Amino acid sequence: MNENREYPFPEIDPDICKGCKLCVASCPKGVLVISERLNSKGFHYSEYVGEGCIGCGNCFYTCPEPSAVTVYMKDYVPEEVS
Amino acid sequence: MAHKTVLRKPKGFIDVYKHKPGAEKDRTHYCPGCGHGILHKLIAEALEDFDIVDKTIVISPVGCSVFAYYYFHTGNLQVPHGRAPAVATSVSRANPDSVVISYQGDGDLAAIGGNNILQAANRGENMVVFFVNNAIYGMTGGQMAPTTLEGQITTTTPYGRNVKTDGYPLQMCEIINQLTAPVYVTRTSLHDMPNIRKTRAAVRKGIKNAMDKKGFSFIEVLSMCPSGWKMDSVPAQEWIKENMLPRFPLSTLRDISEDTPAVERPVPVMDPDEVKNILGYGALSDSNLTKNPDAAFEKVALRVAGFGGQGIMSAGIALANVGMEYGYNVSWLPSYGPEMRGGTANCSVKIQSETIGASECTEPNMLIAMNQPSLEKFEKIIVPGGALIYNTTLIDREPTRKDVKVYAVPITGIADDLGDTRVQSMVNVGAFAAVTGMFDPSEIESLMSSLFEGKPEKVVKLNEKAVRKGYEYVKENFS
Repeated sequence: MNENREYPFPEIDPDICKGCKLCVASCPKGVLVISERLNSKGFHYSEYVGEGCIGCGNCFYTCPEPSAVTVYMKDYVPEEVS
Repeated sequence: MAHKTVLRKPKGFIDVYKHKPGAEKDRTHYCPGCGHGILHKLIAEALEDFDIVDKTIVISPVGCSVFAYYYFHTGNLQVPHGRAPAVATSVSRANPDSVVISYQGDGDLAAIGGNNILQAANRGENMVVFFVNNAIYGMTGGQMAPTTLEGQITTTTPYGRNVKTDGYPLQMCEIINQLTAPVYVTRTSLHDMPNIRKTRAAVRKGIKNAMDKKGFSFIEVLSMCPSGWKMDSVPAQEWIKENMLPRFPLSTLRDISEDTPAVERPVPVMDPDEVKNILGYGALSDSNLTKNPDAAFEKVALRVAGFGGQGIMSAGIALANVGMEYGYNVSWLPSYGPEMRGGTANCSVKIQSETIGASECTEPNMLIAMNQPSLEKFEKIIVPGGALIYNTTLIDREPTRKDVKVYAVPITGIADDLGDTRVQSMVNVGAFAAVTGMFDPSEIESLMSSLFEGKPEKVVKLNEKAVRKGYEYVKENFS
């Protein structure tokens, strides 16, 4: 995880993603794309282009896979790792 | 609702899907783009937000969501096809403070479970029903469902659904809305983001209703089945918009939960003595019969087996009843099935002083075999040293077991000699009494009037005679 990344941003687990493209279609900013790479299950997974996320949560709510998408909002404070 | 700083897998889901077989315990079994996953997530999120994960019970149906119990971190039951509302009713009645969710698909709810959902809705049971409508039977490969659209091509309607032969799509929301009891009836869709958010609001309202015991909430969710429809996920959403919405308009047909008071149902009282009285078992404890301490078997595990119609079940019931009169603990477990139409039928009877655990006799110490298939099937499971009574009238071969005591009795023949083949069950009772020494035939005769309550005197006498004959035959030939 890039620690200097700007909030908000979505985090997509490339191995859990099944490549259904619903998040790509639902993203109002068009900042999600389908990777040209395949994951371990043979799906072209969805990934974040790296900037432009507004934290609307569309990708989270439209994703049918419970743990594939996590969205960190603008005011998210990372839990301290001791 | 409080603002969330992070959207992640809700706590309503199990962290690692440990109940799911196979290696992939980190993901669902659903196809890419399946609507089930979206609705699961909305439900799990609501359960977490309302802090009711521990008091929720999800009833999984038959369909793709049959495995919903892999995922929800709640109490779970998976029930036969279409029966989720019936089971949800009992769960809700037995645990009035729980939040009961019935999760069903269109084949499950609108076809085989059509009546179940109507009756539960009509009673206003305290539950929330999520009805996932994807217009086909998805799990089995896309056959026509009650909700399949006019003209829609499925594997069982290759030329499109013809209303002349297949009828019209069932509009369950409209049907449920005809009933008086439901408090919330709505139809939402997963075909785009605004509607997913509306679905989210509906899910939360339905669950809130269940929490507040408002009664019956029905939420129909139009959902994609990309695999069943044979298209990609995003075109599948388009397909809902273009094809399903005209037939299944999105609207809240009823929302009276605000003005409805919480449903309070009388809690049934289960007093054991009262139940005995209601069932007419009050007199049983008054029996004066005493157990025979010299009985050959202190603990009987009996199988009675034969053709359907040979009085297999009634012999078993009679023996269990007699045993009860003597103060034993008894159980009777019938094995029904297609046997009622001429195959082999059997029942397990246990009679013992100790408390009975399982009532099926997997290792019987006694077998009454009334026909050859039964002898062949059950002979091998008798424990060594046990007893085998077999019906020589219908079985023309000797038992192969040498380590059990064998009693060859022409059971059907004895009954025929008495003039009525039907009394062979009581011949069995007599033979059993002689073999085990558990009962005395004269005492059994004193019980006949209660065993055959309401039957003509003639019948009672005939059966009495049958017991006596069975008893005497064994005593004369095997002692």
